[in-house]
Amino acid sequence: MTGSKQDNADRYWARNLRILFALLAVWWLVSFGAGIIFADSLNEISIPGTGFKLGFWFAQQGSIYVFVALIFIYARLMSKLDAEFNVHED
Amino acid sequence: MDVQSWTFLIVGATFALYIGIAIKARASTTGDFYIAGGGVHPVINGMATGADWMSAASFISMAGLISFMGYDGAVYLMGWTGGYVLLALLLAPYLRKFGKFTVPDFVGDRYYSNGARIVAVICAVFVSFTYVAGQMRGVGVVFSRFLEVDINVGVAIGMAIVFFYAVLGGMKGITYTQAAQYCVLIFAFMVPAIFISILLTDNLIPQLGFGAHLGGEIGSRIAGGENISLLDKLNGLNTELGFTEYTSGTKSKLDVLCITGALMAGTAGLPHVIVRFYTVPKVRDARISAGWALLFIAILYTTAPAVAAFARTNLIDTVSEANYAQVEGEKSIPQWFKTWEDTGLLAWVDKNADGKVQYVAGAALAGKPSFAKADDGSWARGDHGQRLVTNSNPETANELYVDRDIIVLANPEIAALPAWVIALVAAGALAAALSTAAGLLLVVSTSVSHDLLKRVFMPSISEKNELIAARVAAAAAVMIAGYFGINPPGFVAQVVAFAFGLAASSFFPAIILGVFVKRANREGVVSGMLVGIIFTASYIIYFKFMGGTPDQLWFGISPEGIGALGMLINFAVAFVVSRFTPPPPQEVQELVEHIRVPVGSSGPSAVH
Repeated sequence: MTGSKQDNADRYWARNLRILFALLAVWWLVSFGAGIIFADSLNEISIPGTGFKLGFWFAQQGSIYVFVALIFIYARLMSKLDAEFNVHED
Repeated sequence: MDVQSWTFLIVGATFALYIGIAIKARASTTGDFYIAGGGVHPVINGMATGADWMSAASFISMAGLISFMGYDGAVYLMGWTGGYVLLALLLAPYLRKFGKFTVPDFVGDRYYSNGARIVAVICAVFVSFTYVAGQMRGVGVVFSRFLEVDINVGVAIGMAIVFFYAVLGGMKGITYTQAAQYCVLIFAFMVPAIFISILLTDNLIPQLGFGAHLGGEIGSRIAGGENISLLDKLNGLNTELGFTEYTSGTKSKLDVLCITGALMAGTAGLPHVIVRFYTVPKVRDARISAGWALLFIAILYTTAPAVAAFARTNLIDTVSEANYAQVEGEKSIPQWFKTWEDTGLLAWVDKNADGKVQYVAGAALAGKPSFAKADDGSWARGDHGQRLVTNSNPETANELYVDRDIIVLANPEIAALPAWVIALVAAGALAAALSTAAGLLLVVSTSVSHDLLKRVFMPSISEKNELIAARVAAAAAVMIAGYFGINPPGFVAQVVAFAFGLAASSFFPAIILGVFVKRANREGVVSGMLVGIIFTASYIIYFKFMGGTPDQLWFGISPEGIGALGMLINFAVAFVVSRFTPPPPQEVQELVEHIRVPVGSSGPSAVH
């Protein structure tokens, strides 16, 4: 790759990694964090109007909703990033 | 029409559908056979991935597992969904840009080594075969339970169907039949779930009913006038009988963390799932397709824990302290109890001779029920008409054995749903098992024809002959899988844990390092893979097959969770060894740069 193209690719990759870190942080917080490590403390709270204790809810339902959202958000952010750095397909 | 006739009708109709699709989706090139021509729409790919992923275990056994584990069931729920985030963010787009056909393709090229390629092939074949044995067995079991067909005949029928669309259509045939199978299985799972949700909480959305207050026809009876939520009631019922609270667990936090981690990394490392992302037209489609796949999977995975809680609440309320024989004015067991007792999924031993069913903590029997026969060859019956067992466990007060598969299978009957719903469940379970089996068998077939023949031993093989080899390999793989279905190794359930542990400790780190760490070289990654696999396999073999005891576990980590540690060891070894050995050659470093950027991905027509 030529110098400036390499530069462009390097900066694109750096931004890609930033997006990944941010999304994976949320992924970790919601599953290992809220669903496991902090589950007992979160269980002190119940979701109002339901029988769900918060830690249990994250572990058996809530984290899954967040996972789905994370992937679609990732796809969206990456499409915009691809366009910004002119590395998108077609 | 009775259940059996409905089952023949509905299952037959679904099979006709799959065969019809298979004929339309015939493969004519290796591109078709390996990656469906590279032109699969992301949403269709999402549905196919969902069906490929959700096996007979997900469909039948998972809700039952969760129902007995309570909170701890989250290891499966989070483990088997969270991995898709890892797949979507860290693997799928880059593998699609890499653009070849298989996982060993990537490992072999990225680590510039046919040795690495062959190690990858061995892992892929081993992981896939261990998994597929359970699926074929599952097909036989569904046939025998619903259609009263002999298990082995059931396995043979399943084999014939998979043979037809896998050998004829390869990945192309499999993808479109899997999409249809997803529709069948999700419909089959949701219909009873919605009905049960209404009956227990008056809420037609199971995900909401899970958190709702008891209501509806059965729920009001269970609540007995109290305004209480389902989960609170279930917690109460559990603790009254000596079980731990449903919303708390029994496993140690570390074990839960490790099992969840191993399942997540394993999910992202399973060849038959990864290979699905080669089939979409663009990198952008690979990302979105992973989102659709998880959405379709999440529909079932957020319903299953609800079904688990509903079923357990209903079960305990119905059978606890109920008379086995019908007694006027007193609580007696319902008809479905006796029906399922006849299938061997329920068993009652009247340990205290009071004629009532006590369901408390502890194992009622020593293992699965072994039923006694009377002198005339029929089943021996006790004082109240119950089937007699020979392997009662005298050390516990628990009198009731409940097979966890009952939770999903008996649901329609418990809710008094019409016969066609029961038939639908059978069709759904078969759809789940066949779709997963097909995906796994294709990995085995392409490993032989593409990774071993084309890339290593016979590089000048013509396209036409490679396609023939792929078909022959697929046919052979179906035969071997069928053999294992008819003669299952005793350890089928355990080997699934094996498959995940190995995928987590071998493939996952190898691919991640391949994309994200340019310095990762052949020596590092191959060492890492070997150490990871040997460590994980030894731990699992020691504890599952050689009688290791719980006090010998490292930090209390179960064999199901050791893959997480194996994965970390793989990463560590790979890093260290890479530092001390030559960096990858220039063309490989350029390959890494190439796959990190979407532009220039080969479209569907440029395949092979």
